[in-house]
Amino acid sequence: MIRFLLKKIFILFLSLFMVASLTFALMQMIPGDPFTQEKAVPEEILKAMYHHYGLDQPWYVQYYRYMKGLITFDLGPSFKYQGRTVTEIIREGFPVSMTLGFEALILSIFFGIALGSLAALKHLKWQDHITMVIAVLGISIPSFILATFLQYLISMKFDLLPVARWGSFDHSILPALSLAALPTAFIARLTRSNMVEIMQEDYIQTARSKGLNSFQIVIRHALRNALLPVVTYLGPLTTAILTGSFAVEKIFGIPGLGQWFVMSITNRDYTVIMGTTVFYSAILMLCVLLVDILYCLIDPRIQLINKKVRA
Amino acid sequence: MSEKTRRFSSIFVLLRYKKTSEEIPSQYNFWAESWQRLRSNKMAMFGLITLFCLLFMALVGPWLTPYTYYETHLHLKNQAPSSQFWFGTDELGRDLFTRVWWGARISLLVGIVASFVDLVMGVFYGSLAASIGGKVEEFMMRVADILYSIPYLLVVILLMVVIGSGITTIIIALTITGWISMARIVRGQILQLKQLDFVKAAQTMGASPFRILARHLIPNATGSIIVTVTLTIPTAIFAEAFLSFLGLGIQAPIASWGTMANDGLPALRYYPWRLFFPAGFISLTMLSFNVLGDGLRDAFDPRMRL
Amino acid sequence: MMRFIFLFALSLVLVASCKKRVAPYAENRQMIRLNLHTEPPTLDARKATDTSSIGIISMCFEGLMKRGKNGTIIPAMAHGVETSQDNRVYTFHLRDAKWWDGREITAYDFESTWKTILDPKFPSGFANDLYILKNGWAVKNGELSSAHLGVKTIDRKTLQVQLEYPIPYFLDLVASHSFFGIPAHIATHFPKWADEAGPLFVGNGPYKLKKWKHHNCIVLEKNPLYWDSDVVALDQIELTIIEDSNTELNMFESGELDWAGYPLSTLPTDAIQALINDQRLNRYPLSGTYYYIFNVQEFPFNNVKMRKAFSLAINRKSIIENITQSDQTPATSFIPPTIWDVQAHFKDHDLEEAQKLFDEALEEMGYTKSSLPKITLTYNTSEAHHKIAQAIQEQWYRAFGIRVRLSNVEWKVFLDELSHKQFQIARMGGIAGFNDPMTFFDLYKYPDSSNNYSGWTNHEFTSLIELAERTPDIEKRKSLLRKAEEVFMSEMPIAPIYYYQGSYLKKNYLKGVQLSEFSEADFKFAFLETP
Repeated sequence: MIRFLLKKIFILFLSLFMVASLTFALMQMIPGDPFTQEKAVPEEILKAMYHHYGLDQPWYVQYYRYMKGLITFDLGPSFKYQGRTVTEIIREGFPVSMTLGFEALILSIFFGIALGSLAALKHLKWQDHITMVIAVLGISIPSFILATFLQYLISMKFDLLPVARWGSFDHSILPALSLAALPTAFIARLTRSNMVEIMQEDYIQTARSKGLNSFQIVIRHALRNALLPVVTYLGPLTTAILTGSFAVEKIFGIPGLGQWFVMSITNRDYTVIMGTTVFYSAILMLCVLLVDILYCLIDPRIQLINKKVRA
Repeated sequence: MSEKTRRFSSIFVLLRYKKTSEEIPSQYNFWAESWQRLRSNKMAMFGLITLFCLLFMALVGPWLTPYTYYETHLHLKNQAPSSQFWFGTDELGRDLFTRVWWGARISLLVGIVASFVDLVMGVFYGSLAASIGGKVEEFMMRVADILYSIPYLLVVILLMVVIGSGITTIIIALTITGWISMARIVRGQILQLKQLDFVKAAQTMGASPFRILARHLIPNATGSIIVTVTLTIPTAIFAEAFLSFLGLGIQAPIASWGTMANDGLPALRYYPWRLFFPAGFISLTMLSFNVLGDGLRDAFDPRMRL
Repeated sequence: MMRFIFLFALSLVLVASCKKRVAPYAENRQMIRLNLHTEPPTLDARKATDTSSIGIISMCFEGLMKRGKNGTIIPAMAHGVETSQDNRVYTFHLRDAKWWDGREITAYDFESTWKTILDPKFPSGFANDLYILKNGWAVKNGELSSAHLGVKTIDRKTLQVQLEYPIPYFLDLVASHSFFGIPAHIATHFPKWADEAGPLFVGNGPYKLKKWKHHNCIVLEKNPLYWDSDVVALDQIELTIIEDSNTELNMFESGELDWAGYPLSTLPTDAIQALINDQRLNRYPLSGTYYYIFNVQEFPFNNVKMRKAFSLAINRKSIIENITQSDQTPATSFIPPTIWDVQAHFKDHDLEEAQKLFDEALEEMGYTKSSLPKITLTYNTSEAHHKIAQAIQEQWYRAFGIRVRLSNVEWKVFLDELSHKQFQIARMGGIAGFNDPMTFFDLYKYPDSSNNYSGWTNHEFTSLIELAERTPDIEKRKSLLRKAEEVFMSEMPIAPIYYYQGSYLKKNYLKGVQLSEFSEADFKFAFLETP
């Protein structure tokens, strides 16, 4: 088991290194730099800025510096937001996004599985149709439209919740709902799709004839097998949701990490791009690893872990 | 139009049945049976018909009005739907009805093509990885993770600088990483299915891995595949809107449903029709694809009791 | 199972409904809430170049002089100033005033700040504003040491400044943020003094920086040590940092903000019509022009008639009435009316003349309407630019029958294309840095200056400008600049569209805010009128 984990961790670091290198290469290739403004900055001043941040060095020197920094967790200063380091930015923004993401995740897992199971149990009856229409709306209305709509309806018209900002639980309700809509819908549909197939299986018939009611059947037998694709989806979903959504955070004025992913690129803030990318990648790979481990737990027939190593 | 297809296929089936009922290979029966099942699924039929209607309107719609999609009538801006402008006008006084159907072409094209490419690539990659297994699978999935982690926006900006903006660029941009979700889901499903008895049985009978994959594994994963495709399409449509908004896609005055929804969003309080029509049609399209997809899944499932 | 879901949802609703209402404004306290459009990249007055940073810095710092009402320059940190006969030497007499931490404000604070900005190694984005100081450019380029800079501390309260050449608007420059002073006793020892709110962040303005939660909010409170603190009525200013203009408007409507829009941020364009109908929108003139710039070094706008044709075909009035709706004036010259009376150099939407010039231009270049290669209009991503560009594209189509291609590019790519002159027409705009036409003409003085994206050059124009720079007589100088504008507009390297107006909403109980045409908001005299 230990060897298994060690091997995985080694691969993780290797992958992170690849991600960092590829991102570095991309950044060098696209036009634009962090210091240009509409009112052009004179040459000598640009030179001074470049020198100050080490951007006038040849690319391999910059590359080496970035890599060294990554290893020592020194992600460098932001070029645009002077006086702030990338580590600070991540440290301040991530907990906010994570809290919000957690709420949304819990909502979507719970409601998604519940709705999907309901639809599968009442296959082709009206409950199935209603839940599926709701699910489709969740998929086809993107989070920013839902966010604006909720903000207008609930905050403005009915004055039930604050319009924006972050601070109390109240502030997190609307953004969490906006974020949760799409995952809920997708999880519901994935669950339903698999559940419908599983309900045809013989062992379900056996359970039914033994006298178990639908609820018990679902929880004890059907769910475990139906959840595999949901678990697959949860890997990247968790990463995306925990690192924050650009659109929802912008609309609700939430100081999370999500806006940085887009903003850093628009600003050509190289260090922030690198820092956030590697951070995101690390979380993604961790989640994917967890998903693989969950696979084995859910369905012991899946052999990802080498039999010899399993202890 | 669907009437014709129905009649045609019924005749086709009838002919087949009439000619050599004993000699028909099971395959023809399968398709005919599936089609029958699909037909009786009212929701799925609704979806199919709606899709055809939308496609029809996408082709014909813009010709139904005297306006073009680009002509502005600044003094008639932001008007509610009326007999003159059936869907109202936008912020520059352009007829929304014409623009919606022009946008339909773009959104449907981008959505369907990008999703189709993602589908093919994703299924191929995921099933390959899962069936080979071992180190190769590990490598393939890590490559997918690495690709997924790289800032997407950087890639798109680079594409735009190198190739220029436009529909082809958008489709390429959407398919660079769009297939990864599908690949993951397919891989997961196949890992699960791989262990089942009927696969072992097929292996004992000497079936080649490719045959097992194509005839046994993938068809049993169609449920999840179809559901994922029906998620990919709206994702592609709105990703296209986001990229166009950033200047990386189609240029004004052409608009897609996604860009129109983007433009209409800030006006929600004052001129809601500007958001309602494009977003509503996106939802309608998605609903149709979804119920059709569900219907197809049900239709192809041999274990379904009618 | 359904019951479970129902109960869960019900509990969420119950939790949500027990919350306190947000008070319209804090009773018994003079506190206002504003929104700052973006997080300020820096609050170090020596580095700040963007409006967000400058907005906050202007509340926490004060320069030697200050912009007062109606374009006057009033004393601030300096209670008096003398000019020499040749207008090259200014002597400032500082008043008795202290920094927040109680230390005395001396002339050396200003001298050291300016010298740091002009230090070759110091990364200040606006150092060129200080080139008017004697040897300013040479010091920045490392040719001379800072000892040669035309700034000298005569004694603790007297600062002597020498200019490269006399300019009539120097005091206006001194009042701008570029010439603020920061506490030398802190900045020299602590380079990161301006990174956070805290004991190190010390200023001399009407408000102190109490709290700075990055990307979240900024809280300012009254500075009791400010020399004029008696007239400051507000106890606290709270600024949220929310980028979405719709959200900001929503917050204003629901009473969570006392101000929405310019100059700290913007109003959503779609809301403007409704606000005008409600008669709640306030609009005021800004010293700036929105224009399209031609690349005169490339086809097809190397032809003067082509440029004029495109410029004349634009229906500015229609754009102002229907899109921007901030009561702007169609621009028929480069310099806005806030600086001097506008002399129209052409007629807005002169279709006849435009079409005539277009046909002539085609002939001169040897093309026909159908063989003319595609022309592209480049602009950066923004709601307003997008709408205006589409409207103008249609106007050109109606005028000439050709379809101009729109190229909406990402911000940095846009800047890159501009600086490398990879465009044909591009959207531009500029707000004056100081109250003189030079702020606009400076950009186009030389063909290779970094701001001259059009690459336009004209010998007569350049010599007129250079001559005006050295002319001390105000009237003569003005007539030289008038002539320069004539030359400029006769060649139309840009197509001016409208003169900027700022639009904002404010609650009726907030009074005393002074807005300048340079996008500044002065809250020194602001107060809440309690009913």
